[in-house]
Amino acid sequence: MKILVAVKRVIDYNVQIRVKDDGTGVVTDNVKMSTNPPDDNAIEEAVKIKESGKAKEVVAITIGDDKAQETVRKALAVGADRGIHVKVEGIIEPLAVSKILKKIVEKENPDLVFMGKQAIDDDCNQTGQMLAAILNWPQATFASKIDVKEKSLEVTREIDEGLETIEVNIPAIVTCDLRLNEPRYASLPNIMKAKKKPLEQLNASDLGVDTKARIEQIKVEEPPKRKAGIKVASVTELVQKLKNEAKVI
Amino acid sequence: MSVLLIAEHNNKELRPFTYNAVTAASKINEDLHVLILGNKSESVAKAASEIPLVKKVIHVDNEIFENFTAENYTSTIIKHADNYSQIVSSANTFGKNLMPRVAALMDTSQISDIINVISEDTFLRPIYAGNAFATVKSTDKKKCITIRPTSFDPAPSTGGSAEIVKSEPGEKFESSKFVKREEIKSDRPELGTARVVISGGRGMQNSDNFKLITAIADKLNAAIGASRAAVDAGYITNDHQVGQTGKVVVPDLYIAVGISGAIQHLAGMKESKIIVAINKDGEAPIFSVADYGLEADLFEALPQFLDELNKLNSIQK
Repeated sequence: MKILVAVKRVIDYNVQIRVKDDGTGVVTDNVKMSTNPPDDNAIEEAVKIKESGKAKEVVAITIGDDKAQETVRKALAVGADRGIHVKVEGIIEPLAVSKILKKIVEKENPDLVFMGKQAIDDDCNQTGQMLAAILNWPQATFASKIDVKEKSLEVTREIDEGLETIEVNIPAIVTCDLRLNEPRYASLPNIMKAKKKPLEQLNASDLGVDTKARIEQIKVEEPPKRKAGIKVASVTELVQKLKNEAKVI
Repeated sequence: MSVLLIAEHNNKELRPFTYNAVTAASKINEDLHVLILGNKSESVAKAASEIPLVKKVIHVDNEIFENFTAENYTSTIIKHADNYSQIVSSANTFGKNLMPRVAALMDTSQISDIINVISEDTFLRPIYAGNAFATVKSTDKKKCITIRPTSFDPAPSTGGSAEIVKSEPGEKFESSKFVKREEIKSDRPELGTARVVISGGRGMQNSDNFKLITAIADKLNAAIGASRAAVDAGYITNDHQVGQTGKVVVPDLYIAVGISGAIQHLAGMKESKIIVAINKDGEAPIFSVADYGLEADLFEALPQFLDELNKLNSIQK
């Protein structure tokens, strides 16, 4: 079995986001970037399945500018076998990402495609479902547990009401929740070894995918700020304030 | 052209957020039709027809919709999409799972999680965990949109009498099978719609200590929330998680206990009307969004809080 895992380079989750003064986006210059957190879970799960003997190969793919290769190298350092970098410049929408991934799926013929359930930059939560749609594959979204069977996966999904379990036939798409596993850290020797693993480079334009934006970003602005609050000295004062000032209890 | 809302329901009644989605959908386009895909779901179609803002209900009743799987929903939605300029649903796990599958097959770039309708093609949506707001305009002919339910008031539920039209399902999807759903039943208000929410974080230290939170929730008729750290540590189940990758809540009163206030948590609660933070670390970022901050050991503060509530003559429910 072969598993393709899609990873995205985003602003690190610990960075305080700053909006550009001209309203065209957020500041990315000299800002720490890393792999989208649930994509780390996707890689970890694929590597664990390989280690269990149920998969033969894990291929990591990223779509983005040259620096996006860092995310593939990191995936290689924690156990992916080889990498693919599809080069595009600028912002690319999930619909176009899913079309690029479809081209790669047709070329690579994986049995499973894993990725994070959502990217923490645009918060779209679309790509996995879109890829499943255009491949006409089943989708197991927001996965917190994956059980690999012979010709199917049993997946526990986190939903608003609690948990749901579904069984999807292979080939399938899985989008991973942060609770799926605990991603490992790359050891220094493995980071060195990863540099020697194969990383194929392609251009989105060569794949024949139209990546033109369909959504016009008119402006990006700071959200309204909350008024500064006060500190109370005691529980008694807190309850009095809630009762008599805020009138919420 | 009209707007089509995909209703979320449990085959008996509409889920509460569908009423919020009705409000948003009718702001996008007044000619609002609601699509009900369910099994033995007549009561749901009837409830939708009674919403005054709804102009027409399309009801497809079939056993393939028993468990609301995205694959079976999608083929039927596509089959009914011709007459609509916009297709919308709630941006909760139901709509997040479903809508991109629909959008991709319509070759439409979806707009997720809108918090305001600026015009029929332009919307406001949070990005970067709500640390920036983007105004975006769709240039696609047909638009697929998900709506953040807590950003819109629920629509009135009675007084309407829209026509109910029966229709047929699309193709059944064979490669996916529902196994089971473990719903956590509770007599408490739902987290997403509760007037008061009290949440615990890593500071709670273990699941047993959540009793301190439960006791106050009982007193205030509050829903119980949690930070991702508390859920990851196994103190409480995932359906309680508030934040960027959990639920977004906008209660009148949000009480954060032992929660440091990572930006990912703030993304899920900072629109609350009144925020209270109880934390022993005076530097915790949660205090920067709190209307009332109490720097205290929660194990002393929570029992006192309960005592003080017990002393009050009356408590709003």
